[in-house]
Amino acid sequence: MSELLDIATRVAGWANDGEQVEAFVVHETETEVRAYEGEVESFTRAESQGVGVRVIVDGKQGYAYAGTLDDTALQETLREARDNASFAEPDEFNGLAVPDGVEPASLELWSDTVGAFPTEDKIALAIELERAALAADTRISGIESAEYIDTAYESAVATSTGIAAAARETGCYVSVYTLAEADGETQTGFGFSIGRDPSELDPAIAAADAADRATRLLGASKPGSERLTVVFDPWVTAQFLGIVGHTLTGEAVLKGRSMFADRLGDAVANPMITLVDDATDPAAFTASALDGEGIATRRTPLIVDGELQAFLHNAYSARRAGSSSTGSAVRGGFKSGPSVGAQALTLLPGTQSQADLIAGIDNGFLVQGVSGLHSGVNPVSGDFSTGAEGLRIRDGELAEPIREVTIASTVQRLLQDVTGIGDDLQWLPMSSAGVSLVVGDVTMSGA
Amino acid sequence: MLDHELINRTLSTAMRTGGEFAEVFVEDKRSSSAVLDDGRVEELTSGRDRGAGIRVVVGDTTGFAHTADLSEAGLSAAAEAAAAAARGGGGGAKVVAVSPIDVERSAPVRIPPEDVAKATKVGLLTLANEAARAQGSAISQVSARYGDSRRRILVANSDGVLAEDDQVRTLFSVSCVASGDTGLQTGRESTGRTVGFELFDEADVEEMGRRAAERAITKLSARPAPSGAVPVVVGPGGGGVLFHEACGHGLEADLVGKGASVFANRVGEQVASPLVTLIDDGTMAGEWGHFAIDDEGRPAGHNVLIQDGVLTDYMWDQLRARKEGRLSSGNGRRQSYQHLPMVRMTNTYITAGHDDPEAIIADTDSGVYVAQLGGGQVNTATGDFVFGMTEAYLIENGEITDPIREGNLIGNGPEVLTRIDRLGHDFAMGSPGTCGKDGQGVPVGDGTPTLRVTSLTVGGTAA
Repeated sequence: MSELLDIATRVAGWANDGEQVEAFVVHETETEVRAYEGEVESFTRAESQGVGVRVIVDGKQGYAYAGTLDDTALQETLREARDNASFAEPDEFNGLAVPDGVEPASLELWSDTVGAFPTEDKIALAIELERAALAADTRISGIESAEYIDTAYESAVATSTGIAAAARETGCYVSVYTLAEADGETQTGFGFSIGRDPSELDPAIAAADAADRATRLLGASKPGSERLTVVFDPWVTAQFLGIVGHTLTGEAVLKGRSMFADRLGDAVANPMITLVDDATDPAAFTASALDGEGIATRRTPLIVDGELQAFLHNAYSARRAGSSSTGSAVRGGFKSGPSVGAQALTLLPGTQSQADLIAGIDNGFLVQGVSGLHSGVNPVSGDFSTGAEGLRIRDGELAEPIREVTIASTVQRLLQDVTGIGDDLQWLPMSSAGVSLVVGDVTMSGA
Repeated sequence: MLDHELINRTLSTAMRTGGEFAEVFVEDKRSSSAVLDDGRVEELTSGRDRGAGIRVVVGDTTGFAHTADLSEAGLSAAAEAAAAAARGGGGGAKVVAVSPIDVERSAPVRIPPEDVAKATKVGLLTLANEAARAQGSAISQVSARYGDSRRRILVANSDGVLAEDDQVRTLFSVSCVASGDTGLQTGRESTGRTVGFELFDEADVEEMGRRAAERAITKLSARPAPSGAVPVVVGPGGGGVLFHEACGHGLEADLVGKGASVFANRVGEQVASPLVTLIDDGTMAGEWGHFAIDDEGRPAGHNVLIQDGVLTDYMWDQLRARKEGRLSSGNGRRQSYQHLPMVRMTNTYITAGHDDPEAIIADTDSGVYVAQLGGGQVNTATGDFVFGMTEAYLIENGEITDPIREGNLIGNGPEVLTRIDRLGHDFAMGSPGTCGKDGQGVPVGDGTPTLRVTSLTVGGTAA
């Protein structure tokens, strides 16, 4: 780890007078085992590394990256970032993060067990996963993929403004996609189990979930169109929160791309909604003590009792908003600079189970899966329309499966129309947690 | 890119423990981009990525390893790792000798982007920004992006194949936000081709800025989209995404082979309206999904998938084709040297029909006209797919009337294919796309004439 920080610090140290330089260095190893029909279908060992350099001079910003870490590449990358900066236009708010004195949370995200886990055991896990999924239900007709993956990720960021931070984490998961068949009809399902080290993995749960998801939709039909109450499964809620999080970033707000830009202090959601972003929560799979600029992450309540209270910021958006960074700089790898984003979003859970919530609904739709979030949801306008599948709710009970419908509303209305939150909070492999969510008056479009 | 003797030694190392097939994929990719947002040129980015991915196949098992170290030591270590991963037992030494295959090279790039001054690239952004903002005060935000890449690849395998390609792509897009009493709306316009900076001989960035702005402004007065099944007319170029999702993915041999496609075991059957001829064609020079060789060293192909509604073939990569004892169709692609190849589309299109596009609209009493589609998603096993409409209008009494708000359309591939009842003579290619599969993104193109689907479910909120 110190080796990456050495490299980052060395590059940052090459800054000229009047110039700010940031270096972000990563190193990652990954093992992926795919099983198919009881054999290893593919086995991948991957090791990758890279550096991204950001230069700010006279308020102008440039960026460059390279997939190697030798000295020649580092120097060439810095030179290229400098040259790129000279073609940008100045912005008085441009500038790298500076240490803010906030102590990073103490999180144990690294396990030596991952590195020591024998190859044969990884293969055995993948094969066992496939076997368990096939055996989970007689209607399971095949497996699309069954895999074991582990990763060890190390990163360091250093700047000429005094940031020098390093982090590392391990993770592993098993995931399986099943095919179920009955009466000539096929449905699919997925299941997973995730952990910091292999001892936390449970292939049986992954297999059972995948079998359940695939079989529960067998015999599904396409209903007519109507307005009704929907219940989002935790998996769906987590994806919805991801969209909401995007609208609450300083970047979207300052650039006029958020419908919540002028709404601080307003009641933007039902009073039962409290939404918090907190990457210091060790239960989140995306937990991280440091953000993409090396600033300590922290707990940021965004919506409290329905009232909009804060936006997320990185160094740039904070400076421009006259605020301070919330430690929300996020990076999608070393090939681009940091943007602003939520890292571990969660709703304050309610007290009722999903079954209790459903018991109170006469006519509704338990949405177990959505598709086309990237194509049917516009985070700027708030228009929300996605493909959906799940189970009909009749007189407080789960009824027949339905598929090939859409549900539509707007992000703004969905937040206002929430009428219930479950007690079933669970962290999922994305930057938000899921919980059952009841939303009234949503349009379902079908036949 | 690499010395032939070094390639031979690397492949021999990969085969040493009993591999049946080994492959070295070398990639050297340079990219540059520039972004204008919020009224100023915000940032330029450039970078380089190079390395090699080595694959060894033993029986049904593939071992894969990659390295950014292209020295003999680095390649040898990766070859050994891949071979070990494939768990080859026994086996004797196998000597590999590669020789270049004959490939029809793409037309040379006329203006290599690397020869163009950064100031010139940045200048395009400013032009687009100014043109977009000149469309009216309702335009509250504009972002524009320029991007180019040069990807040189070399593929060599134990069958003796050696092939190289030099792929240059250039891309430009403009996104606008309009604000009004009804809130915010967005409009986007993009163009991308497998060419150099000569892209801008044809692409007028100011016109793109104006069109993106108009799109956003038009949508400020958009009505809620209908909810339910209605006839849908898709404009020229716009419908490619529909076929990409409705059946393209389902015709990929890897998914077919695992029974994860509704089109499995249906070759020779009528799967679509007789009007439909669907082609996947990597040879279309200049198009976004074009290349000379795929990422397994196979020349790009012109592959007819559906002829007059009858399913004629699937798309194949090396691995799946080997199993069937046939040749790959040139559809083996990967995101980078760090990824295993799989079956992917290239440029997928429906050939033109005979109808007058205006007559198609005039003959539609009421429905929806989709001028621009967004992305989509499909479950190949069930055939259920969605795709977004980013510019759409109502059709009332045979005429295009009010704009409608964004939303998804949902349908089932096999059903929708049989419901295409009109096809225009106005073929056009659509916008450049990035197709995602199994976590890997590759550039793809698509195209269609104006077409009508008799019934598709529109996911709006209007009763």
